[in-house]
Amino acid sequence: MATKGEELAAVRERILQMGPERHKKRVKEDYGKLLCRERLEILLDEGSIVEDGLMANCLDEELAADGVVTVLGRINGREVAVMANDFSVKAGSWGARTVEKIIRIQETAMRLHIPMIYLVDSAGLRITDQLFCFPGRRHAGRIFHLQALMSGMIPQICVLSGPSAAGGAYIPTFCDVIIAVDKLGAMYLGSPRMAEVTIGEKVTLEEMGGAKMHCAVSGVADVFAKTEEEALQAVKDYLSYFPPNYTEDPPVYEPKEPEKSLEDIEKIVPPNQNQPFDMYELIWRIIDQGSWFEMKKLWAQEIITGFCRINGQPVGIIANQPKIKGGVLFVDSADKACRFIRLCDAFNIPLLYLMDVPGFMIGSAVEKAGILRHGCKMLYAVSEATVPKISVIVRKAYGAGLYAMCGPSHEPDACIAFPGAMVAVMGPEAAVNAVYYNKIQEIEDKKEQMKFRMEKQKEYSEQVNIYKVAADLIVDDVIVPQNLRKELIARFSYYKKKPGELRYPKKHGVMQV
Amino acid sequence: MAELISSMAGVVAEVKVNVGDTIEKGDEVLTVESMKMMIPFEAEIGGVVKEIKVDVGDFINEGDVVAILE
Repeated sequence: MATKGEELAAVRERILQMGPERHKKRVKEDYGKLLCRERLEILLDEGSIVEDGLMANCLDEELAADGVVTVLGRINGREVAVMANDFSVKAGSWGARTVEKIIRIQETAMRLHIPMIYLVDSAGLRITDQLFCFPGRRHAGRIFHLQALMSGMIPQICVLSGPSAAGGAYIPTFCDVIIAVDKLGAMYLGSPRMAEVTIGEKVTLEEMGGAKMHCAVSGVADVFAKTEEEALQAVKDYLSYFPPNYTEDPPVYEPKEPEKSLEDIEKIVPPNQNQPFDMYELIWRIIDQGSWFEMKKLWAQEIITGFCRINGQPVGIIANQPKIKGGVLFVDSADKACRFIRLCDAFNIPLLYLMDVPGFMIGSAVEKAGILRHGCKMLYAVSEATVPKISVIVRKAYGAGLYAMCGPSHEPDACIAFPGAMVAVMGPEAAVNAVYYNKIQEIEDKKEQMKFRMEKQKEYSEQVNIYKVAADLIVDDVIVPQNLRKELIARFSYYKKKPGELRYPKKHGVMQV
Repeated sequence: MAELISSMAGVVAEVKVNVGDTIEKGDEVLTVESMKMMIPFEAEIGGVVKEIKVDVGDFINEGDVVAILE
């Protein structure tokens, strides 16, 4: 007869084997997914796992751990809390114990002040159990409530490698970052089946809420991963830029030289303000080689947002991309920048703005889309951020684009410019048109008209010449472009010591959304 | 059949393809002057150009169809 210990060992072993064999086979063969515990093995340092709630619903052989594994573990030696849905147990659906386990690991993460990681792969709430896990004080709603409270306190990271339906889709969306796996990850409030029944729309799962759609169209997801392994590696890379919580500084790494040299930078940034160039070419010349983690790379590409290291120190870069839509700020680019700035500021990651911005987009289409509201949001985030911040006018900074990219009025620790920079309410052509519109109309001869325009544009360009701007102390320095990296390293080394800025006492602001 | 849609408002400065041309994703179809910038408008998909809906000097808004591919 088995001893008590042997009996327990058998029960534990059964639970560790996850769902029934037929379901595990489906997960692996039909869906091509990793099993829940395989994911944890890849993500966490060997031997680091401490698990709670293994015995949840242990009397039911089909409900191993009640469909969710909640653990503490380490990633490259640093502590994290993890919740992982087990799709081999009733398609990762939530019952009463599932929800209680998720809430408990969230509370643990908050108590220990460590990052919370969600490996999401769940069909949603078990309708049969709804009274025990949907409406009450410690039921599903509390998961999202806690996520809101945790926001900005500890990093929250989601890997979406399965479905996440209805209310459950708020778990990913409340996270700071969603890493979505191609063809596996999907999130939506209403499934395609529900959409067909309720509103008559016929649409595929991929179109409705697939990884690619959310990374490139809706902007809800941040990182597109081709495989689960790539997604789990992305979690490790992302965390390398973050402190465990808002009270600590992010980790510093061994400095590395950039992949490319700044020597040829003047050939890359064309002096003609109207001609696009690729801003990545500047980024590769100032950041430590191999240290780039881009957020929302496939969405609103006219602005670039990503984490890097400069001389081993983590920095968040917000850069206009003149190659896409001229680098003009749109509704989505303003949203993207706002979110990124707040993320960096929450976790003490210094900010670097690289400006080449013709301003916010104008026209009836963007006004109807609420560009004022969205622009306000970006400006708000820029004002609110108290981390060390440097803005660099690489080429042009026109109109409210200057403000939105942390120009002098928005309290950067320094605003520095390249010698070809132009700072103005608008570019020369637009300005001459605005000021001399009637005069231009009066000149009948087209050649004379053009001559007049050119003369006035030249005058205007001289007025906003960078030496004039610098002479008036509008920028803090004009630098030789080849020295940019050196300059950033030197300046950040001072600014990182600032104790924080004066803020007016209040409960919280009322940011546009 | 697929449509190439304008991603921003502006005036067509140059049409860079002809009907019958085979184009690839990323090829420049138009140059659009907008916000005082010359902005390349690249195809999001490849195909054979069946119809070009815009001329030099036309104003196009965000969301307008500029060409049809087969």
